Amino acid sequence: MSTAGAVAAVLVIAITLYAWSGLADYGAGLWDLLAGDRDSGRRPRQLIDTAVTPVWEANHVWLIFIVILTWTAFGIAFASIMTTLFIPLCLALLGVVLRGASFALRKDAARAGRRHLAGWLFGLGSILTPFFLGAVLGGIVAGRVPVGNAAGNEITSWWNPVSVLTGVLAVATGAFLSAVYLVAEARRRDLPDLERYFWTRAVVMAVVGLAVGLAAAIALRGDNRQMFDRLVSRSIPLLLIGVIALGATMWLARRAVVRGLRVVAAAGVAALIWSWAVAQAPYLLPFTLTIADGAGAPATLRWLLIWAVIALLLVVPALALLYTLDQRTTDLGEDPTTSRPEPDLTR
Amino acid sequence: MRDWLLSDQPAQLLPARQQMALTLMFHIVFVPLGVALPTLMLIAHHKGLRRDDPVALRLARRWSHVAGLTFAVGAVSGTVLSFEMGLLWPGLTGVFGDVFGLPFAIEGIAFFLEAILVAIYIYGWRRLKPWTHFKLGLPIPFIALLGMFSIISANSWMNTPAGFTMGSDGRPTNIDPIAAIINPALPYEFTHFLLATYMAAGFLVASVYAVGWLKGRRDRYHRLGFLIPFTVAAIATPLQFIAGDTIARWLPTAQPAKFSAMEVVTQSGTHQPEVMFGRYDPATNTVSGGISIPDLNSILVGFSPNTYVQGLNAVSPADLPSNINIVHWAFDIMVTIASLLMVLALWYAFLYWRKREVPSSRLFLWCAIAAGPLTVLAVESGWIVTEVGRQPWIVYNVMRTSQAVTDSDGVWVSLTVVALLYLFLAAATITVLRAMARRWREADHADDTAAVYGPRPGLDRSTAA
Repeated sequence: MSTAGAVAAVLVIAITLYAWSGLADYGAGLWDLLAGDRDSGRRPRQLIDTAVTPVWEANHVWLIFIVILTWTAFGIAFASIMTTLFIPLCLALLGVVLRGASFALRKDAARAGRRHLAGWLFGLGSILTPFFLGAVLGGIVAGRVPVGNAAGNEITSWWNPVSVLTGVLAVATGAFLSAVYLVAEARRRDLPDLERYFWTRAVVMAVVGLAVGLAAAIALRGDNRQMFDRLVSRSIPLLLIGVIALGATMWLARRAVVRGLRVVAAAGVAALIWSWAVAQAPYLLPFTLTIADGAGAPATLRWLLIWAVIALLLVVPALALLYTLDQRTTDLGEDPTTSRPEPDLTR
Repeated sequence: MRDWLLSDQPAQLLPARQQMALTLMFHIVFVPLGVALPTLMLIAHHKGLRRDDPVALRLARRWSHVAGLTFAVGAVSGTVLSFEMGLLWPGLTGVFGDVFGLPFAIEGIAFFLEAILVAIYIYGWRRLKPWTHFKLGLPIPFIALLGMFSIISANSWMNTPAGFTMGSDGRPTNIDPIAAIINPALPYEFTHFLLATYMAAGFLVASVYAVGWLKGRRDRYHRLGFLIPFTVAAIATPLQFIAGDTIARWLPTAQPAKFSAMEVVTQSGTHQPEVMFGRYDPATNTVSGGISIPDLNSILVGFSPNTYVQGLNAVSPADLPSNINIVHWAFDIMVTIASLLMVLALWYAFLYWRKREVPSSRLFLWCAIAAGPLTVLAVESGWIVTEVGRQPWIVYNVMRTSQAVTDSDGVWVSLTVVALLYLFLAAATITVLRAMARRWREADHADDTAAVYGPRPGLDRSTAA
């Protein structure tokens, strides 16, 4: 594999990691929004809050990694994507800001009204960001981003069936992943009713996701036949693995097997993302700019690979420590002497 | 490839510059709190553990929560900035991405590690052994420093670009990313900003406790809360004076047009006066008003009134910084504030040396309270000097800002949305910080002897066992 190809692979891995962690975060936000009124939604919301708060910021950093990696390694493609898809990217960013603001705010919002507002912003941001990031991906996949400064159509590049369906797919994927995560979290805390609650939602989202994914594929067939053909020929093994893994997730959860549940769900989502990557390779922008043509200076790319290894060596142990601390206790929530008291989930 | 290198003053330039300025000026406030506040927190933590001092531990614990909150908001505004590099300046990232992108990649790792360690530190108060907890927090300031180093490296590269040669097709060749990272301006900018973060965070945190001291809350909690950060800031201040002076003498060779704008040197020559404030008129290339001290500028630059300084008349009109008055005023505001802080630091050193106590005079306390916001103002001014003074170049003498700007249509809309959003974000941050402070004050009254480590009786549930 060429250096540029290796960097592109690192990029796909970063996108996968973001889908696992970041998208799941947004999914939790969606469940928070849909949890219902103050009384009936209280306990699911509290579980979401305690399960997500310690790790959300770390989850979010992958997005910055993806952005930086793209402009350093593939500057031309980055500039083209950022300018043609200016609108959905701004809206995705709006979601990031709303979510971050509400996260910071709700930690300490004592009054109900303020908490309510924070909750709404949290939910809204949780839908905006994955939807529009998905739409951006859809626009790229459909081949609607030409090389140049805002060279593509700024509206139809993302407001088309493939992009919109990919956006919905991203939202559904996040909702599915977070529901699976929360099933396991509820199990760990010994809260059977919440486990059932999120299990139902995981199944619904898996079905919705598969249906939307199918619809997106059909839309792609009409929009960009070449891409569709590549998806169903060279990517078919990965597509099948993805679907099988998602089916296995359902089966494991049905049989109340929590061990390995999250791993299988994550593998399924990864397989689907890689099926896109394999279908699109060797193009950065199908089918006008290849990885080789769009790649930056070889010296920079070599350093980026070294950087990726160092990142792995430094970040993985730290991240492992954080997740271990998170998983070891059931109440890795706020600090009572400096924040409001933690919710009591058992009632 | 594309014709964005040829366009002249596109309509997007103004809103794009405004949006970048707005988001950067917002973000830069959180940098000292991300870099220097963890240091203050660890000093208090160490003091608390070594002397078995619950008051110092409580300070460390509370500062860690402030650091956590401001880090979270800084993370959000930092994400916006990383997107804006492409959304607003595709010409920069599209052409030079592989030249100056690597420091951002380093920053990515640093930021990630900091996010993880801050989370562990905050949640560690109740569930890690005290010294283990302290040691896990110890890398935070160094990692934050690495992140700051990277961003400053990218910025100083834009001021003194290195590590490439410009090809005839308008694209860089012979790219050496390491030479780009270690560019000529880096040591100057890095030292200057490093000291600025410690001054800003120190004076800012100290000013909070100075308010309490002035209101008569003269307990050990407020004493330490004032002395630790104020001492750190007071040590950084004279060092900053040396650093700033060194930069001011280096700048005329590296970026002469910027230096002429900062000091409003109108005509090249020797015996340059030092002009404080005043109003520059670009039409006639003259300065009216202000205070002019004969020969001082030449003396400051080369220790002799015969030192030659290039004037604005030597810069071609197309390359003239676009807002000379803003650059000049920002520079003078920064220098004035720095001089006042220098006096304050010396005053403090003298008083503390005599009494070993928080100085009690009301005048001193009022000055100490003002020092916090003023340092932030100085940081903002300094940033304006660097960035506006560099215009019209986004990469000094290589690429104009107008060549880098996006061709997208939505920039006025995004600027409006960003302005409203940041207003909300700022309001939310301040509200939360005030709520924290209020709750902590109530907690102080409620019970003063609570253990800092371990779960607090009464509030915690029994499930942890």
